[in-house]
Amino acid sequence: MKETVRKPVLAVGPFHPLQEEMEFFQLTIDGEKVTDIDVRISYNHRGIEKISESLQFDQVPFLVSRICGICSASHPLAYVQAVEEIAGIKPPERALYVRTIINELERIHSHLLWVGLAGHFIGYDTVFMWAWKYREPVLDLLEEISGNRNNYGNVRVGGCREDVPDETIPKILKELDIIEKKTEMLTKAVLDDPVLHARLKGVGVLTKEAAIKYAVTGPTARGSGIGIDVRRDDPYAAYADLDWKVIAQPEGDVFAKAVVRLLETSESIKMVRQAVKKLPKGPIALEVKQVPPGEGCGHVEAPRGETFHYVRSDGGNRPIRHKIRAPSYVNVPSFKASCIGQDIADVTITLAAVDPCYSCTERLAVVDRHGSITHDYETLLRLSREKTARLQKDIGAPELKLPPNGAVGGKIG
Amino acid sequence: MNWKIWSLKKSPWVFHVNAGACNNCDIEIVDLLTPKFDVERFGVKLVGSPRHADALLVTGVGTRQAAKRVQEAYRQTPKPCVVFAIGACACGTGIFNSGYHVVGPIDKIIKEIDPNAIIAYVPGCPPKPEAMISGIVKALSAL
Amino acid sequence: MNQQELDNRLSQIKNKPFGSELRAELLTTIERKSDKRIFLLCEAENAYAVNKFLFEDIGARFCTVTGIDSDKCFELLYHYSYDPTGCVITVKTFIRNRQAPAIESITPFLPAAEWIEREIHDILGIDFRNHPNLKRLILADDWPVGVYPLRKDVKK
Repeated sequence: MKETVRKPVLAVGPFHPLQEEMEFFQLTIDGEKVTDIDVRISYNHRGIEKISESLQFDQVPFLVSRICGICSASHPLAYVQAVEEIAGIKPPERALYVRTIINELERIHSHLLWVGLAGHFIGYDTVFMWAWKYREPVLDLLEEISGNRNNYGNVRVGGCREDVPDETIPKILKELDIIEKKTEMLTKAVLDDPVLHARLKGVGVLTKEAAIKYAVTGPTARGSGIGIDVRRDDPYAAYADLDWKVIAQPEGDVFAKAVVRLLETSESIKMVRQAVKKLPKGPIALEVKQVPPGEGCGHVEAPRGETFHYVRSDGGNRPIRHKIRAPSYVNVPSFKASCIGQDIADVTITLAAVDPCYSCTERLAVVDRHGSITHDYETLLRLSREKTARLQKDIGAPELKLPPNGAVGGKIG
Repeated sequence: MNWKIWSLKKSPWVFHVNAGACNNCDIEIVDLLTPKFDVERFGVKLVGSPRHADALLVTGVGTRQAAKRVQEAYRQTPKPCVVFAIGACACGTGIFNSGYHVVGPIDKIIKEIDPNAIIAYVPGCPPKPEAMISGIVKALSAL
Repeated sequence: MNQQELDNRLSQIKNKPFGSELRAELLTTIERKSDKRIFLLCEAENAYAVNKFLFEDIGARFCTVTGIDSDKCFELLYHYSYDPTGCVITVKTFIRNRQAPAIESITPFLPAAEWIEREIHDILGIDFRNHPNLKRLILADDWPVGVYPLRKDVKK
């Protein structure tokens, strides 16, 4: 039975200056608290699964790398692993290491991107500028290895398309040292800041029970105490050969998720260093002439969580079915559990904590409105920043101490 | 020279519209604001509403659902304005051409409501920030 | 539990009588492709019970559902990951009624399935009985009703 009482409704979306993708969340509020959420996605739906059925097996990686720009190494890897499972082949050792290097470099720049965006949402534009500035060297490294800052186009069925030239290794190691120092500085600044503690702790809590019911993955799960990670649970590429740990925090709030991502970035840097040093000699791909009939599942740990691909083949040269499940598809719905009961000033940061890769999940909603719009996105962003400013004043702390980044101007949008 | 165009060329305020993009182009656009490229020193500012914009940066292939929203944003932008189709998808749908949910590319969607729209194309997948800056400068000097 | 214990529990439910009358087994067969890839085949009527068993009794993590138009029937593959051993368990179920394909929704006990069931409803036209919110999810508002893009008979 539809309610006849008009409740005020917040529309978050479809366009906002900093959340690049279009999504439509309709929040219902009572006073200053969120009481319900409706979500509909459709703007980014391009029909990729159907397009995949018309491409040949070795053309698909180029398509799926463009499902989402920031997970563009994980999708092709999951797909290629599914096909290799059908064909019963194992790529050469060197290929597995190159895959690991590229995927971990992607994780580093993705997490730094997130830290920057999160900083922007709460009004710490210095963090935004700083994190994005120190993302650039990672993108430059990826460009040097693969030819593109994003969309590396580096995996193929049977191995990798391009090698990491031995001459670039000293440069990679040198850059990693610099990136590691900057990440450590950023981590320390964020973890020690009393205003961030006050602003983010206890906000947007996703309980462990809710996390299980919504089947979340990645930092969203690990920030709620569920220590799962595909790299350890079902090892792929070279992860079983490297020494690293899974980072998990029990609290489930935005702060916990930030901690998980920052510490994971440091782990990733260590992993790339190990992989580069241990890079075995040998070929980087096997020739695969035909994919027999069969079905396979490939899953990898993308920066946002588990990316799952299922491929079915009938022995021809195209997949007859290719199912793609990006991590945000399970993570974003959990926003319902973590947002209800929250202050509207916390809505933007709670959603951002899930690190939605909107285009991964083709998010957009068209919702019938049953009420007037009281706050648009700009207002929500302003409320979020005002809350931070109030806390800063109460605690009497200056803004986050970071070395000057040399930029002119701080605020954007 | 028309003073509106002169002021547009001096420091264009841009509004970003995602018409079904994978996010790569969008992130590179936001990258333009960060210290390495820092377009604010040229007066380019990213605004929060099409009503304040001189130029639209449109990314994405133009999905069926997004098409009307893009047209709406264009209507709300005061004229004269330039529509930049950023990225291979926006310029010509690219690999998503056969998608059942794709009605783009962007010039087709915009020209449906304004056949005389000024559209500039910045190809790439994604176009590097340097390419975007170069594209914006070239388009505005040609005005 | 480790992989061997998992295998044991799965074989137990294969032989479990299902329903008030002692009908045929819950699962028609178990395909064990490797330590890490197990397929449980069942008919559509039994899918709800198998899914509930995997989620609640085994404690596997739900990944997604693949819907396939297989000419003679529709297949739904419910993928789960049993993280302690890294095993992917897939429930492969067959919906034989092509004219009016329908199956019991698992969203009531597994909220994570809400979106994917709505998506399959959009692109394959399968009805999920007792789904709490079976509205359109990924197709545009003006997409024609009754056109299911992932069915084999629909070209572009």
